[in-house]
Amino acid sequence: MSIFVNKHTKLLVQGITGREGQFHTRQCVAYGTQVVAGVTPGKGGQTMDDIPVFNSVKAAVRETGANCSMIFVPPPFAADAIMEATDAGVDLIVAITEGIPVMDMMKVKNYLQGKPTRLIGPNCPGIITPGETKIGIMPGPMHKPGGPIGVVSRSGTLTYEVVHQLTLQDIGQTTCIGIGGDPVNGTNFIDCLSAFENDPATEGIVMVGEIGGTAEEDAADFITKTVSKPVVGFIAGLTAPPGRRMGHAGAIISGSSGTAQAKIEAMKAAGIEVCENLGELGEMCKTVFGK
Amino acid sequence: MKIHEYQAKELFRKYNIPVPDGGVAFTPEEAETLADTLGGYPVVVKAQIHAGGRGKGGGVKLAQSKSEVTSIAGDIIGMNLVTHQTGPEGKEVKKVLVEQGLNIAKELYLSIIPDRATANIVIMASEAGGMDIEEVAAKTPEKIIKVYVDPLLGIQGFHCREAAFGLNLPPAAIKAFIPMLQRLYQLFVDYDCSLLEINPLVLTAEDGVIALDAKVNFDSNALFRHKDIMGYRDLDEEDPLEVEASKFNLNYINLDGNVGNMVNGAGLAMATMDIIKLAGAEPANFLDVGGGASAEMVENGFRIILSDKNVKGILINIFGGILRCDVLAEGVVQAAKKTGIEVPVVVRMEGTNVEEGRRILAESGLNLITAVDLKDAAKKVADIVA
Repeated sequence: MSIFVNKHTKLLVQGITGREGQFHTRQCVAYGTQVVAGVTPGKGGQTMDDIPVFNSVKAAVRETGANCSMIFVPPPFAADAIMEATDAGVDLIVAITEGIPVMDMMKVKNYLQGKPTRLIGPNCPGIITPGETKIGIMPGPMHKPGGPIGVVSRSGTLTYEVVHQLTLQDIGQTTCIGIGGDPVNGTNFIDCLSAFENDPATEGIVMVGEIGGTAEEDAADFITKTVSKPVVGFIAGLTAPPGRRMGHAGAIISGSSGTAQAKIEAMKAAGIEVCENLGELGEMCKTVFGK
Repeated sequence: MKIHEYQAKELFRKYNIPVPDGGVAFTPEEAETLADTLGGYPVVVKAQIHAGGRGKGGGVKLAQSKSEVTSIAGDIIGMNLVTHQTGPEGKEVKKVLVEQGLNIAKELYLSIIPDRATANIVIMASEAGGMDIEEVAAKTPEKIIKVYVDPLLGIQGFHCREAAFGLNLPPAAIKAFIPMLQRLYQLFVDYDCSLLEINPLVLTAEDGVIALDAKVNFDSNALFRHKDIMGYRDLDEEDPLEVEASKFNLNYINLDGNVGNMVNGAGLAMATMDIIKLAGAEPANFLDVGGGASAEMVENGFRIILSDKNVKGILINIFGGILRCDVLAEGVVQAAKKTGIEVPVVVRMEGTNVEEGRRILAESGLNLITAVDLKDAAKKVADIVA
């Protein structure tokens, strides 16, 4: 079992003919993902490798039955691409694009309200159900299929580090999701925690957060009330200075809000085993999940 | 991106948002000439730096006469202004804003920000103007009115009335306030602002509302569609190493510690800084070389880290995904050969093409310390700076 995606997921790629789009589409195909279509307006009728390219998401969905879209469209046009995929009725959108203006994402988020489509990202590594499907830019081979641990994170390479340590400890993963480093995003921690809680194959959860916003505090509150499975947590940015954007648009301490310390305290209060040294995360998971 | 108060007020004028008459001066003589055109005294002389807290630091003064303008402007221009936001080292003032004095009846607070949790644009208003709003929010949150605007709907009359009546404005001032708020909102969305703050917004004895202060920040991700705002960028306000890094699309922030570090990915970079701290040292920087870094970017990143004279050791932590370990290794070797490395360098690599990367480093003849994992890397860094 897994959450949100599995081997039956039929993927289309928006921006498939661009440099990034091509590269990562091939990586996904190599991992075993069913990539059924690509979309690049103006290039309909062409193919990328053997994958048919369409002018619109609607046409791609109609012709191929795609139910998920991965987006590599550049920032100025990415919000439009997300809304197009939503309008075409795909179940899931994974937006990889980094650097979408906040104003655009606020409009997207409000547009998505009440619609059945789920958005993961933007500015995220994507989602992988190891051994079944990879929808994103994460290196596939380091993942260990079969579960029983779910991983949810705001970061990219930090997630790779966490998964790598899990695999080294011989702990497999059900699904790993990067929800992205932007201030306004689609799927949040709570959505993922709730899905992992309801997934029978997932026995424990690793949650990786960072400074900025209150998503981790909200998640901690949700865990207290709703999550019965053990959770190991990590927060990046203890040494980050206030008022500076630490790479991710969302990773900024403003005033007294968004500090790592406040998040760690909220998580501990919720019964989460918080790891303060990233170098020891794998070992800690072994201890916590081995019980 | 941040801009100066006088630039923010230029934008306000463009949107017909009332601001005091005034302008920017780079010398005491310019300040004096400007003051004479403002129709009488007192006038206000305000230091123009990006940091807040200028008043408390002595960067805002009232002048009662022409000669006072000259002497105050002379004091402020060139002074090293220290505020709670500049840090103890302060910031040299290079220009002042000279403005007419106002007949103030009441000081209010008004701001517009994007709310990340609700994806709405939030208007915050308070009768407790002129004070530190964080303090007001902490001690007396009931004094802050929050009006949420759906960006797809845009600002409506009822939003404005909620703010106006919440501020207990007199009827005549409400008539001036509502269209002003609508125009402020328009400016906010037109320019992709990340913050628009007026503290204080002044209610005058004549029932006018005037923006005595103006702070506008912009979403850096949206600057591609606001070329005019790029003209407001003031490199004097930025760290020289950060300016240099931005030329190569490197995400670099200069910090006070002595262990330089280079990492791919912002989250992992923050976690690596934390590990340096846990090992008993202090990070000298944040540097995310990004997912698709080239050997050239790595080389420039390395050079920038080394140009910080506080750096006593370097930790490179790369989790190869899109950025392959062999590319990283090539960049490090190139940089080392060109600039020469006189401090110890610990390299921890994992992921795509890691064997090739390790081979390149091993065969380079450079004196690099390899670490097997993060724990090992942290320990080796601690040993270096101990």
